[in-house]
Amino acid sequence: MPFILRRLAFYVVALWAAVTLNFFIPRAMPGNAVEAVMSKFPNLTPSAYRAIQAMLGVGHPGSLWHQYVSYLNDVVHLNFGISSSEYPAPVSTIIGETIPWTLTLVGTATIIAFFLGTFLGILAGWRHGGWADRLLPALMFLQAIPYFFLALILLTLLALNLHVFPIGSGYGQGLVPGWHWDFISSAIYHSILPAFTIVITSVAGWMLQMRNVMITTIGEDYVLAAQAKGLPSRRIVFTYAARNALLPQLQGFGLALGFVVSGAIIMEIVFSYPGIGLLLVNAVTSDDFPLTQAIFLVITFAVLMANLIVDIVVVLADPRARAGEAAL
Amino acid sequence: MTAALPLSTIPAELAAPPRQLGRWKRLPLKAKVGAVLLGLFVLAAIIGPIVAPYDPGYQDPAPGLSMAAPSAAHLLGTTQSGQDVLSQLLVGIRLTLELALLVGVIATALSVLVGVTSAFLGGIWDEVLLLLSNVFLVIPALPLLIVLLGYLPRTGQTATILVLAGLGWPWGARVIRAQTLSIRNRDFIAAARETGESSWRIIAFEIVPNQVSLIAANFVNTVLYAIGTSVALAFIGLTNLSSWSLGTMLYWAESQQALQLGAWWWFVPPGLAVALMGTSLVLLNTGIDELGNPRLRDANQRQRFHGRRLRPTAPTPVLHVGPEPARRSGPPARVAAFLRSFSREAYLNPPRRGEAGR
Repeated sequence: MPFILRRLAFYVVALWAAVTLNFFIPRAMPGNAVEAVMSKFPNLTPSAYRAIQAMLGVGHPGSLWHQYVSYLNDVVHLNFGISSSEYPAPVSTIIGETIPWTLTLVGTATIIAFFLGTFLGILAGWRHGGWADRLLPALMFLQAIPYFFLALILLTLLALNLHVFPIGSGYGQGLVPGWHWDFISSAIYHSILPAFTIVITSVAGWMLQMRNVMITTIGEDYVLAAQAKGLPSRRIVFTYAARNALLPQLQGFGLALGFVVSGAIIMEIVFSYPGIGLLLVNAVTSDDFPLTQAIFLVITFAVLMANLIVDIVVVLADPRARAGEAAL
Repeated sequence: MTAALPLSTIPAELAAPPRQLGRWKRLPLKAKVGAVLLGLFVLAAIIGPIVAPYDPGYQDPAPGLSMAAPSAAHLLGTTQSGQDVLSQLLVGIRLTLELALLVGVIATALSVLVGVTSAFLGGIWDEVLLLLSNVFLVIPALPLLIVLLGYLPRTGQTATILVLAGLGWPWGARVIRAQTLSIRNRDFIAAARETGESSWRIIAFEIVPNQVSLIAANFVNTVLYAIGTSVALAFIGLTNLSSWSLGTMLYWAESQQALQLGAWWWFVPPGLAVALMGTSLVLLNTGIDELGNPRLRDANQRQRFHGRRLRPTAPTPVLHVGPEPARRSGPPARVAAFLRSFSREAYLNPPRRGEAGR
């Protein structure tokens, strides 16, 4: 497993880089984060002031190296400090409440978009010039529309004018979150429109990439050989051509994940969905720096983990990767 | 005798314009549509603020002009506080395009710098720079942008431009590094080295000019990223909200409940402008892609040559056109075509790759 080990080392480096960035950003930026926090709590005691200073790292207790080490220690123990906008709730608790929402919604929608887009791409590539291929210009337009704008339009049409879907939020008013049918059905009902938006905007990218790789793969000699053997075309398409065309698609999945996350953040704002994206933007606009930074780390960690999973799938699917050739 | 001079000069003059036209005609349709669309937006950005009927920030206090529907006086209606939407749109296109182009220029310059340096220095520097690019690629950009912009003062556009450019270079750097590595070992570089040219001269006059098309494609992609991201960031409110860009228009429309109040003329035009701008860039890039890779071209357009169809369109390479047993009676269509390709006709008029089944 040298390939996986190498990738793992890379992700550790990437995570370390993200943590280090997170450490240095507030220290290198103009403007005083402590003042921003203090202006919201005018009657804090001097000791609370020093505590916030220490938390944000602006009071400079000890050397920079000392601060860095203690910061790393805090991160490892998931100790992200205390939120200033929802004082005195610990940051990790607030984040923990939002993660299930985003993970369920964005995860499901992304997987649906990936499979749907790949399948359409296979069709478009195989029947080059057929109906699926003709959808492409329209899909390119969809891809170029800003996520949130499409979300706004869908919200206006389907929720405000036609009243088919709820206007926003994650579940119906007056419901208590828990494992009972009322709540779950309401949560599913509220998630259909956001999920649909994610699928519609990201399906085009998967489709375009799969189509292009399919067209190249179909030109290969082994596909011709399969046809010469008289194999049924369904077998040729899925077992011969698509299976090989899928590998670049899988590797692209990791890189595309960043875009999916960005789209999901914006989408959550439009639908006021109680996920981590909405929390991030609320934290930034209310100058809650500890919360903002912790969310950034959590999102980065999630993306890196997803990348690692994709790498493991690639290793299972591609013998070349097992042999250690397909280094990114 | 005197006629000889004009005769020799005229053909040269006549020959020049058709060659230009021919190059344009040979562009894929997608690239043409994209270029024309983008041209319209650039035109709007240049003359927009001059022809804008009102000051975008001017708040008309007239009672009927709060969220008024489109009329002759206000072609795209007005906002909550009586501002003219059309004027905001025209000014906004300029600001958004300006920002995106600046980000594109800075980020592409960084890409070229990092990519070429990495490929040229090699060894440990190459490893470090490549690792850096990969790390920045895998860290999700928008959350990092939000964190960075959260700390920066939201007064001018400078912070947004610098941060967007600072995070927009890694992909291009990787592509350009790969291309530089492949160019570096070609003969003409060795020849330049033999003649004693310095490394900087080789980079500036041999390597970079040889990947202009790659750099251009990268530039288009970066501009696309800058438009999308800057509008999204402005929509969240993480920008200078006193300026008029397409993103701030959408921000105000959303925060003033234009949606709930049914004022479509307020939020549809800026959103549509962003979408069309993005589409024009995507089309331009796909067109450029197809120019380089003929296989990706539209299957129907591919069979046209000077506007004429060369052959009737055969069904796409599906094997059993007729009933199932027909497949066993003779060789499949593509195999037949493969065998036919050895014939004299095929030799004289060779089919292009990927067309074997037609």
